[in-house]
Amino acid sequence: MSAQKPRTVPGEVAWPGRRLEVAEPLRLDCGALLGPFTIAYQTYGTLNAERSNAILACHALTGDQFLAEPHPITGKPGWWASLAGPGKVLDTDRYFIICVNVLGGCMGTSGPKEINPATGEPWGLSFPVITIADIVRAQKLVIDHLGIETLFCVIGGSMGGMQVLQWAATYPERVFAAVPIACAARHSAQNIAFHEVGRQAIMADPDWCGGAYLTKGRRPARGLAVARMAAHITYLSERALHRKFGRNLQNRQAVTYGFDADFQVESYLRHQGIAFVDRFDANSYLYITRACDYFDLAAEHGGVLANAFRGTKTRFCCISFTSDWLYPTAENRAIVHALNAAAANVSFVEIETDKGHDAFLLDEPEFFATLRGFLGGCAERRGLAAR
Amino acid sequence: MSPQPARRPRAVPQGGEDAAGRTRPALVTAPPPGDIRGDLRLIAEMVNPGARVLDIGCGDGELLAFLAREKAVDGRGMELSQSGVNACVSHGLPVIQGDADHDLADYPSDAFDYAILSQTLQATRNPRLVIANLVRIGRRAIVSFPNFGHWRIRLSLLFSGRMPVTHLLSHAWYDTPNIHLCTIKDFVALCHELGIVIERSLTLDRAGQPFTLDPGGGLANLLAEQALFLLRKA
Repeated sequence: MSAQKPRTVPGEVAWPGRRLEVAEPLRLDCGALLGPFTIAYQTYGTLNAERSNAILACHALTGDQFLAEPHPITGKPGWWASLAGPGKVLDTDRYFIICVNVLGGCMGTSGPKEINPATGEPWGLSFPVITIADIVRAQKLVIDHLGIETLFCVIGGSMGGMQVLQWAATYPERVFAAVPIACAARHSAQNIAFHEVGRQAIMADPDWCGGAYLTKGRRPARGLAVARMAAHITYLSERALHRKFGRNLQNRQAVTYGFDADFQVESYLRHQGIAFVDRFDANSYLYITRACDYFDLAAEHGGVLANAFRGTKTRFCCISFTSDWLYPTAENRAIVHALNAAAANVSFVEIETDKGHDAFLLDEPEFFATLRGFLGGCAERRGLAAR
Repeated sequence: MSPQPARRPRAVPQGGEDAAGRTRPALVTAPPPGDIRGDLRLIAEMVNPGARVLDIGCGDGELLAFLAREKAVDGRGMELSQSGVNACVSHGLPVIQGDADHDLADYPSDAFDYAILSQTLQATRNPRLVIANLVRIGRRAIVSFPNFGHWRIRLSLLFSGRMPVTHLLSHAWYDTPNIHLCTIKDFVALCHELGIVIERSLTLDRAGQPFTLDPGGGLANLLAEQALFLLRKA
């Protein structure tokens, strides 16, 4: 780790937290060499003397490394604060939790927003296109740096779950337990289609400036907000939307025969879009959605997903949610089938909920109970003292 | 997954239990404290220490936990109900949500030393395929089921003219998950047809206690309320 001040766009604040400055260039899937570059990460809890209690939590598309502490921009609780903390399921009194801002991200790790050291300008679209495997390669540098030989667990939902699968397939001997949640081993046509809508919304915003908005002092806020609004719908279920909003009107008695936010659901989505723009970079959104689209773990293994896990000793716990239509149970079950075919040690639970894909971020008692039980069982095998 | 009654694991023998057939049925005699149900104990006795075991329709993991504790097996489970799966996983038992009809096909051959199907066969949609899969996945298969040839069932149908309802098969005909009932003779015939070797067989009385009778004989088919078989492919 370095005390060196992180490089950011002039006038932008540097996010608090830990940094790894990587001097050695990293070979990416696209063929480009990236480096030197920066990885921003946070840790919670204490690494034990045997270095055997480390959990790598992988964040989702628009998540970041601030998992269990207030977000430095929004001030809101960390995205998994309900799950991680003293005495919680991800017990920071027992485990050492690491969360790394993904490559291409916008919270301190090198991405299109950061300064390209070669030019002194923000990378913009000259940042190389990254993949889930590249994201995992960068995370591994942090794990190496911390001197951790074997991670007790790699866990994550959605895009975080894809990273979990990539970890288990690429570095099986370094993953004792793996928990891929609400994810898929490949992005479906529907997944790609939704991402493309988001990207086109950003690129259609005149303030996007062909990706060079930072050097021109502009921000494609409207495009990014629309991208977020469209994506946000896919994170919820029809039932959850209906339960929350129905056809309720927003602060009015009757429709206005105009295009204001008459309905509460419109107002809610607009708020989601606007709030997102404050904390996320539009080009990062392009790069990270692309990384998801390119993800196809079976393709890396001769088209047979089971081959990705052949001979693995990792203990898996796959979790899906009944109302998740973005990464439905069938996609998660395909992972389980492949793990079974590889004779892996795998548990699988489908959690009953109407909260849609977002359920993995919410306080779902059955979900928490499953995770607590699985981690507890694994910790016992790993010889981690119960508290 | 479509939770149709026909795919639900385990017959539920007693009224007042989970009507969905989602827990391992408790038989008439309560096991002594710290022990497990009689037929499960008999199954456990057939399993060699340290073996790799798949328990299909594992309920809340009672047998798996017992085998892990007493025989140090490397056990896996399959269970349809979320409550059962959660109970297993939260006790550190590796279990997947699934059922015998759909999910056995995904396992490679000889993946386990034992594939166990206890009191579930009669609730599967395609018992023939399930049995074939059991002996393919496991080097040995252990199967237990209620005997529909028992004299009480025969007399019940003969004299009342209604579908028999017994303590092991306690559902009315219109809501039973038990759609493929068979007698011991039927089962033995199917094993012969599939070229399956019966290594051991036990006939059990109402309390789940074993008694010795030739399973191919007519007397066992008349007197046994349940049967337990240790199988392997030829």
